[in-house]
Amino acid sequence: MTETTTTTTATGRASVAALPRRPARSLRAERILDVIIRSIVPVVLALVAGGVLLLALGRNPLTFYGNIWTGGVAAGAWQNSAIRMAPFLLIAAGLTLIFRANIWNLGYNGQFLLAAALVSGYAPGLTNHVPAWLAFALLFLLAGAAGAIWTIVPAVLKARYGTNEIITTLMMSFIGVDLASLLIKGPFHDPTTPLPQTAVIPLDKMLPPIPGTRIHIGLLIAFAAIFVVHYMLTRTSWGLRLQIVGANPRAARHFGINLPRLILTSFLASGFLVGLAATADIVGLWGYIRTGWDPAYGDTIIPFVFLARLNALAVVPFIAFFSVLSTGGDLAAQQAGLPTDVLYVLVGLILLFMTVIEYLGRRRELGQSYLPQGLRQALHLRRAVA
Amino acid sequence: MTQHNGTSIPLVELRGITKAFPGVLANDRIDLTLRGGEVHCLLGENGAGKSTLIAILSGLNRPDAGEILIEGKPTTISSPRRALELGIGTVHQHSTLIPALSVLENLMLGDRRGLRLDEAGARRRLRDLSAQLGVEIDPDAKARDLALGHQQQVEIVKALWRGSRVLILDEPTSMLTPQGVAELAKVLDRLTESGQAIVFITHKLHEALSLGDQISILRQGRLVGHLTKEEIRIRSHDELRAEIVRIMFGEEARDIGDVAELREEVAGARSERHVPENAEVVLELRGLTAPGEGSERGVEEISFELRQGEILGIAGMDGNGQRALAEAIAGQRHASHGHVLLYGGDVSRLGVASRQKLGLRYVTDDRLGEGIVGMLPVGLNLFLKRIGEAPYWRYGRIQRAVVEGRAAELVREFDVRTPSVSKRVSTLSGGNIQKILLARELSFDPKVVVFHKPTYGLDVKTTAMVRALIRKLADGGGAAVVISTDLDELLELSDRIAVLSRGRLVGVVSNGPGAAEEVGELMVGSPAEAA
Repeated sequence: MTETTTTTTATGRASVAALPRRPARSLRAERILDVIIRSIVPVVLALVAGGVLLLALGRNPLTFYGNIWTGGVAAGAWQNSAIRMAPFLLIAAGLTLIFRANIWNLGYNGQFLLAAALVSGYAPGLTNHVPAWLAFALLFLLAGAAGAIWTIVPAVLKARYGTNEIITTLMMSFIGVDLASLLIKGPFHDPTTPLPQTAVIPLDKMLPPIPGTRIHIGLLIAFAAIFVVHYMLTRTSWGLRLQIVGANPRAARHFGINLPRLILTSFLASGFLVGLAATADIVGLWGYIRTGWDPAYGDTIIPFVFLARLNALAVVPFIAFFSVLSTGGDLAAQQAGLPTDVLYVLVGLILLFMTVIEYLGRRRELGQSYLPQGLRQALHLRRAVA
Repeated sequence: MTQHNGTSIPLVELRGITKAFPGVLANDRIDLTLRGGEVHCLLGENGAGKSTLIAILSGLNRPDAGEILIEGKPTTISSPRRALELGIGTVHQHSTLIPALSVLENLMLGDRRGLRLDEAGARRRLRDLSAQLGVEIDPDAKARDLALGHQQQVEIVKALWRGSRVLILDEPTSMLTPQGVAELAKVLDRLTESGQAIVFITHKLHEALSLGDQISILRQGRLVGHLTKEEIRIRSHDELRAEIVRIMFGEEARDIGDVAELREEVAGARSERHVPENAEVVLELRGLTAPGEGSERGVEEISFELRQGEILGIAGMDGNGQRALAEAIAGQRHASHGHVLLYGGDVSRLGVASRQKLGLRYVTDDRLGEGIVGMLPVGLNLFLKRIGEAPYWRYGRIQRAVVEGRAAELVREFDVRTPSVSKRVSTLSGGNIQKILLARELSFDPKVVVFHKPTYGLDVKTTAMVRALIRKLADGGGAAVVISTDLDELLELSDRIAVLSRGRLVGVVSNGPGAAEEVGELMVGSPAEAA
């Protein structure tokens, strides 16, 4: 976003001496303010509008939000919310990274489930035979590799032939989901039960908790991934190339950036991170997988990835917020006698207000965006000089 | 077209127009009078306030203070539509035609009467207007297939479509060939004969002098000078030139060291350079063939040698393969066959980054489209062709202090006007962006530099600086290929001028007396003269 460009409305009679001169605010402060306006305000507005909706339904919104607090934050409940965050964060890291390059990996469900099926299938045996730390390392690698491999076909097609990755990743996702199902019914099926599910990992073989909490260490890995992605994007040459490709592919060509290699590496990294989410979730929380289970974490968090403006760090508070909302919301909805769908209404409202704020933000610059390029440049020059 | 009396009440009168943008006064109490039958030139550097004034006239911006009188009546131009209703038509610098639509369809876009398109009526109108302008326009040609000069004619027709009385042309010659400019001048003549008032925006002095009936000079948002019809008629061009330069650059002209250069620039002086016959060949193309992209032409079998210290001009009208040639030399486009040799070594297989490192550089003409990444800061933009290289990156990690320190030096050396190196590059003006490109390509030991339209759209001062840099490069043991559609520029800079026509080099002319005519002939070119 460019700086705010609120120009004075033409009064036609304003004297020259009275022309406004805005104090030069620092760019950083302006940017932070911008982020707050564009991300926090929609959430607040959604909570208010949701409250009105609850009132209309004859429920007390304060009680409802209070119950969300009780169920999602208070008295150790925050730990449940934190556990929920782990896969969200890992997938968010994977999506943020590739979206920055303007490449759309929408195959996260297939990548996740395929990795989850493989982890569930191998975890019970592996944890029995090798030391725990090695088993966990192998399981994370296995899941990451599975997620990464599932991006290869779209990546190569795009790098080589410029095939639209939105379609190919979605197609690969369907195949991944069904393949996971086949694996669970076939080779990984637990023979001791007729249900289509894998053997359950014994509780003492699951990811250990962070000392003093019930939260498994998968959350730490997730945070590490977020920081690594942020570092890669902001500090490394690879991240810079990625952003150039995202911002201006023609420039990327002019600067001699190896586009195919970048497409391939960003796809692999993205799939890898999505895969890690599967290990965190299966070995950290569920302990097994059964057919038909598709939590579609990626679909849930995509709005937040955008709300955070593809900033890896900024996505954390949003995901924390949503985790609390969904953990505590189950309780709150139950007590209010409402279906849990009401939570998705809240998420929907956030998106709605996000769009509205974005629109208003643009409008402020409406005059600008109508200007021909030469004129805009001239104006920019003057702002730059000022 | 109604005839208007050019002497009594002026068609449009601006009084004390003032417009401020945050932190800057774009127009400061400007008075301007437009009369029917006159070409009124607005002359000024980039950022002088010409465009803001035009935006106000065409309804894109509203003034903070001041009055607009149309035929003596105070009027508010509240929107572009209102401007059209008032008979003010604008031809913007960049094409606003929709490429996939035909000329006729483009013209009918503005019609808003009823649901059905009145095609027969539109055809008639186009025929009348073409006749009035003395041009031939194919109504069914797709806009994208038109040459730039023809596109502009369509833009003019579009501006006149609903009966305009005031026609504003924003830098209309910036994309035209010499022939195109001559044709435009004829069109303007016919328009003024029919009583149109024309506002002609330019930063080229000689255009203002040859085309303008009135000349108003803007500087830093203020009207700093005005030459009336009588003055222009009576005084000699040289005298006027000197005066305009003084008005345009004022105080600044004293502290910029290159005033002499500026005058030379204005006078269109030719440099006397001499390249020894036995100088080393630094760049050689052997049968270089590269495909075009999309509707744009490729190049075939291009061969030439470039010696140390030499400036080779590549002349030709736009769209004859210039971009393909430049990109194939830079390594940005894959050559289907042929070779590029740098100091005798074949670099045909190397990519952009490796060629860049070897000293083979490319200053692109598409400054905004590919030359910069707008959201990144100035400092980083200076190093985008060296991503990952030490000492700016170590182990893949950016060394911010090193990058910013070196960037600050380059910014000083190349006189980039920016508040800081951390400013987003998209906030800079075209001239400063070009300086960033030059700083990037002309630093770190450049050997052979391809300049593609290096001064296109720049103001006089920056143009002079760019040309001085090109000469400095050649004098300092480098060599340059200058691709330009501006023949004057090539005549001023080059030792030899090669002519590119339909993707082939059709001849090479040594610069000197008579070179212009020779090049011109090659450009229009009978095939028999092809080398």
